[in-house]
Amino acid sequence: MTAAPETTATLPPSLLANPRLGDWLRIRPDGLVEVRSGKVEIGQGVLTALAQVVAEELDVKFDRVRMTAAVTGTSPDEGYTAGSLSVQHSGAALRVVGAEARSIYLATAAELLHTRADLLTVHDGLISAPDGRCTSYWALAQDALLDRSATGRVEPKSATAYQVVGTSAPRLDLPDKLTARPRFIHDLAPAGRCFGRIVRPPARGATLTALDTGPTRALPGVLTVVRDGNFLGVVAEREEVAVRAAARLRADATWTRQPTLPDEHDLPRFLTTAPAETSVLAESGAPPAPTAVARSVTATYHRPYLAHASMGPSSATALLTDPDDPRLEVWTHSQGVYLLRRELARALDLAEDRITVRHVEGPGCYGHNGADDVALDAALLALAAPGRPVQVVWSRPDELGWAPFGPAAVVRIAAEVDDAGAVLSWRHEIWGNGHVTRPGIVNSVGLLAATHRAGGAPIAAAAEPPLTHGGGAGRNSVPGYDFPAYQVVNHRLLTMPLRTSALRSLGAFVNVFAAESFLDELAEAAGRDPIEYRLAQLADPRARAVVTAAAQRSGWPHPTDDSVGHGFGYARYKNTGAYCAVVAEVEATHEVRVRRLTIAVDAGLVINPDGAENQIEGGAIQATSWALTEQVRFDRFTVTSDTWESYPILRFSQVPAVDVELLPDNGNPSLGVGETAQGPTVAAIANAVYDAVGVRVRTLPLTPDQIVAAMPD
Amino acid sequence: METTTVLVNGQRREVRTEPDTALLYVLRNHLGLPGTRFGCGLGLCGACFVLIDGRPAYSCDTPLWAVEGKQVTTVEGLGTPDRPHPVARAIIAGQAAQCGYCTSGLVVTAAALLAENDHPTEAEVRTALDRNLCRCGAHNRIVRAVLAAAAAELRAGPAAES
Repeated sequence: MTAAPETTATLPPSLLANPRLGDWLRIRPDGLVEVRSGKVEIGQGVLTALAQVVAEELDVKFDRVRMTAAVTGTSPDEGYTAGSLSVQHSGAALRVVGAEARSIYLATAAELLHTRADLLTVHDGLISAPDGRCTSYWALAQDALLDRSATGRVEPKSATAYQVVGTSAPRLDLPDKLTARPRFIHDLAPAGRCFGRIVRPPARGATLTALDTGPTRALPGVLTVVRDGNFLGVVAEREEVAVRAAARLRADATWTRQPTLPDEHDLPRFLTTAPAETSVLAESGAPPAPTAVARSVTATYHRPYLAHASMGPSSATALLTDPDDPRLEVWTHSQGVYLLRRELARALDLAEDRITVRHVEGPGCYGHNGADDVALDAALLALAAPGRPVQVVWSRPDELGWAPFGPAAVVRIAAEVDDAGAVLSWRHEIWGNGHVTRPGIVNSVGLLAATHRAGGAPIAAAAEPPLTHGGGAGRNSVPGYDFPAYQVVNHRLLTMPLRTSALRSLGAFVNVFAAESFLDELAEAAGRDPIEYRLAQLADPRARAVVTAAAQRSGWPHPTDDSVGHGFGYARYKNTGAYCAVVAEVEATHEVRVRRLTIAVDAGLVINPDGAENQIEGGAIQATSWALTEQVRFDRFTVTSDTWESYPILRFSQVPAVDVELLPDNGNPSLGVGETAQGPTVAAIANAVYDAVGVRVRTLPLTPDQIVAAMPD
Repeated sequence: METTTVLVNGQRREVRTEPDTALLYVLRNHLGLPGTRFGCGLGLCGACFVLIDGRPAYSCDTPLWAVEGKQVTTVEGLGTPDRPHPVARAIIAGQAAQCGYCTSGLVVTAAALLAENDHPTEAEVRTALDRNLCRCGAHNRIVRAVLAAAAAELRAGPAAES
């Protein structure tokens, strides 16, 4: 460890925003290291990876590290746990924090041992001088030592010295979850807990015109009924009573409803004709000379709305401690405790410092789901039951029907190619709703119940984050290939009939599906192998390496076989994240069955290889499910795909074999892997379907009906 | 409200609730057994599986009255925190989960399968698990864990069954 000159000190962004070392790390006299990250465990294993980073820098055994769940007021504020950035952001901060804490403790030990800090060694927290005298972090433990700001002047360990980082440490949270220890938000059982349920309107555009709360209130065990405009809820002593009371209240409510949703069966037309704000997201190069252009090609692709469809419905518990001096405690599986606190404060007209928001692990989170919404539901019910912790669990129909959706979209790509088929110009055009309506991003209160309360404002149509932040609809719309000229245009819809927000990979899913399908179409027209065709227009050596690795590992090129096909897809997530290439093997008879996915990923320095493979594999299987079966269904009033029968997902016997190869990091820094496989996987499957049956399906999901519809007349 | 006696994990327990209450709420809230999880309430996802007289059943849509006189086994009854069921151990050893929410139901289903078929093929495991949904995409790891658990139990021999 060497001291760098002060002038070169730079801190990772998360640490610049939260510079006090003691906010991140605490050395305890009992031999444990307490770590606070602003990032939260959402089923992706991030806390385990972050614990590895700290253990590495401090030179302590991994099992001494205790990760503390994020809570407002004491945890560093790192915004949302989103965008595959947790290892990049929180990992970078904790690496510096760990290195600086080590250096501070060594300086303290050096004083005590009357020696020089650079002569000391650390082994699992035991600090030894060359003459054999020793002390330890635990003996020296004192919070005051870390009550100072990070300086950026201590060089973290070199990657070549890593012993914990880069190993597949087991997940910290799994033993509890496999041995039925209460760990999920649904398992919270504070003293005095009671149970709330929400009764949602029967349609997107519905108004409560009459309500008889008498029969509900008369049910034994019902504590109260809450009505605020079109927001309706019940609170009961027991969960079964809450469920029955909600059904009773639903039956005793009269609504008028208006059709507000587009025609599901003509969705592309709605997407391309609804009022929109058009903007050029990116452009480069000059149009080709007309004489160079051999052919112009255009194709249009479409994806439906997709649901998060987590296995556990959204849940939260809220407690109002004293109505005269109101303080609100909220337990949540939100991706951002500070942002949720701010939004709750706005919604409830409470000062932020009167609200404490604590993270508790929830079921798998793949983006902006109902976790934030249900926190306001619980808070509104808690206000009506002071002194009682109110636990709200959404119903399955509400989870599938009312949580934000990944937006439907149309993508049209037009290209001009030369004699050999090489792209001379590329135009990528997107129509659809934006991908980000998270609390704190939209102007109105970005929580479902706020839109239903009296005087509540609807959540405005999602905006488009800049491409420098990864974009939303525009994510991965800029070609990753070396085309001489391109233009990317986004038509952001200004109405939002169904609430849309961030779902794993955002626009990358449809943009990569479209671009990589289109590239296969161009390659075929030019009579070229799709991988050779891509490599000829792809200079980045890391990109070439994943493309080549996936192809070789899968045994490309594959002989053609009746009803079995192979397809390829590649993208660098967000154009700045992990590189991913996928080869899909499908069997297409009466329906499409994906038999195998072979995946190569370059994610730079991988903290936990098995954890990274697990994320990539899971992402690829989820993307297979999206590609083959998933589609939010609705009529003109409301969402109709609100059970696992009407919103089917892939089952065990339908899941493909998945083979993941992580490429060596070659000294490159960490890049998140949670979302990298989504786009390449769907593209590879669509290309494989074409290889198998000779039909180019440009509309998702790739159901038998869509294949028949795509057949040439 | 009535008092109903149920036999859960080998113990007789008295519960005060309405007889049509879903077994799931009885287990989680009345009896303090949170391992069984709510997924859909409609018997479609398997997160709430328990064994009723040895057979997997959806506790979310099984009324309490229907299990009177029957043996209910939850995931808690299949092992102890220190020595979980072999399938749970294999899932931990194989890191065969992401969020872990669906795993209780999977352990229950797999336990029932292995009780009937101590050396299932991969296809048999997949078919048996088809009534359980997983959203994180941990399917293949879970299948490998079930097969590993079966193999480990076979190696340990019949004595380990007792």
